Amino acid sequence: MSMSIWEANAMPRLLIDRTRCDGHGSCAELLPELLDLDGWGYPIVRSGERDPVVPRHLEPLARRAAAACPLLALRLG
Amino acid sequence: MTAHALDLGLQGTQRLLAARDSSLDEHLRTLGPVPAVALCELISITEQAGLTGRGGAGFPTARKLRAVGEGRRRPVVVGNAMEGEYLSDKDRTLLARSPHLVLDGLELLGRALHAKRLILATGERIDSGPVRSAVRARRAEIDVRDMTGGFLGGQESALVSQLNRRAPVPQDPHTPVYARGVDGRPTLVVNVETLAHLALLARFGPGWFRTQGTPDDPGTFLVTLSGALRPGVQEIARGTRLGALLDGAGADRTRLSGVLLGGYHGTWLPPQAFDVALSSTGLAAYGARTGAGIVHALDSTRCPLRVSADIVTYLARQTSGQCGPCINGMPRMADTLQRLARPGADPRLVAEVARLRGLITGRGACAHPDGSARFAMSALTAFSGHVDEHLGGECHATPAD
Repeated sequence: MSMSIWEANAMPRLLIDRTRCDGHGSCAELLPELLDLDGWGYPIVRSGERDPVVPRHLEPLARRAAAACPLLALRLG
Repeated sequence: MTAHALDLGLQGTQRLLAARDSSLDEHLRTLGPVPAVALCELISITEQAGLTGRGGAGFPTARKLRAVGEGRRRPVVVGNAMEGEYLSDKDRTLLARSPHLVLDGLELLGRALHAKRLILATGERIDSGPVRSAVRARRAEIDVRDMTGGFLGGQESALVSQLNRRAPVPQDPHTPVYARGVDGRPTLVVNVETLAHLALLARFGPGWFRTQGTPDDPGTFLVTLSGALRPGVQEIARGTRLGALLDGAGADRTRLSGVLLGGYHGTWLPPQAFDVALSSTGLAAYGARTGAGIVHALDSTRCPLRVSADIVTYLARQTSGQCGPCINGMPRMADTLQRLARPGADPRLVAEVARLRGLITGRGACAHPDGSARFAMSALTAFSGHVDEHLGGECHATPAD
């Protein structure tokens, strides 16, 4: 809660291309802090945001998740 | 400027449909040529007028203009006459009645934005012949394109994709068409009704525009009436009472179980909501919007849950098959409503509709799952009494015969 607006703006978002996503599920495995899977295996953003803000300490994991997506449906932006 | 509008008899609600547009000569004789307006001036008057897009989303037109105007490359402007909404007939009617007004709007934007290309995209149900003749008569450089695509064909990014000779399906919204659209250029997609409003706004100004409608939702709009009343397309002021519209079209209010407003992504309004004002603020209380201007009156002898289930089944088939939550969730939602449409339905199905809505909303590239889920939910809200009948094993909407 103590996060300033400046910090929030400086943090990247995990952009999910829903048209590419095929429900492989590796993203939620690598980034369970931000992502869950629905019953069909597609990612659900835990915060309810469309593209979740990635806190600093999760950035390396988020990059790994993006790199691991076999359909290139994730990127940080 | 307003005096001129008064001389032309444009002081009432009949603006777009009053244009004498049977030939270019008549159009120019009555309205004169559309003035050239610089982009900053056009944005300014559009903002003052409070004009919003009439295609369905209701986005402020000035903001769209600004976004495309900020691009570095010369943009492409697309007039959208795809009219993918099953119950809508207003774009077809407008193009048949006032083609030059629509083309004026397209040329006005083209000049203001120094556009590279002007395109008019017409959907499957629209005969583009008359508008092609109108383009030839004007010697205008407007590319009229006959397009395909069902319910989602007119979705902005799906239309742009098709114009780029790719599949007519919605694209990832992280690359918006205003940044990268037709031919990779910044692209402005504007509904044809909005274009016609712009053509009159450029002539008569925002003061005139605001003489109809409400202060927070000004102007007029086109509605397509269908169902248990006299069907047809009408131009009415924003803020008009729904009940007055229904009465004017000969509907017997006591025989209606509800009105579908907006379209298949719209909202069912129950009889106690019939006196709502058709403006953004009036409808906010019901979570409804005028959308593409569809007003469908449902006769009380038809089961509203059956009608709604069939619409959601149609919507499930209209998915572009790209996003998992839509591919999987929409057929599930349709099936849940179909089961609710049978008397003696399992009471847990009501909670299942709400659960599925939460599951598919905000998880697609376009608004199709969100809009469809909202529609499904509105059926349960507006017809809650009827849901209770079904759960109790009854349905009192059976036709008399």
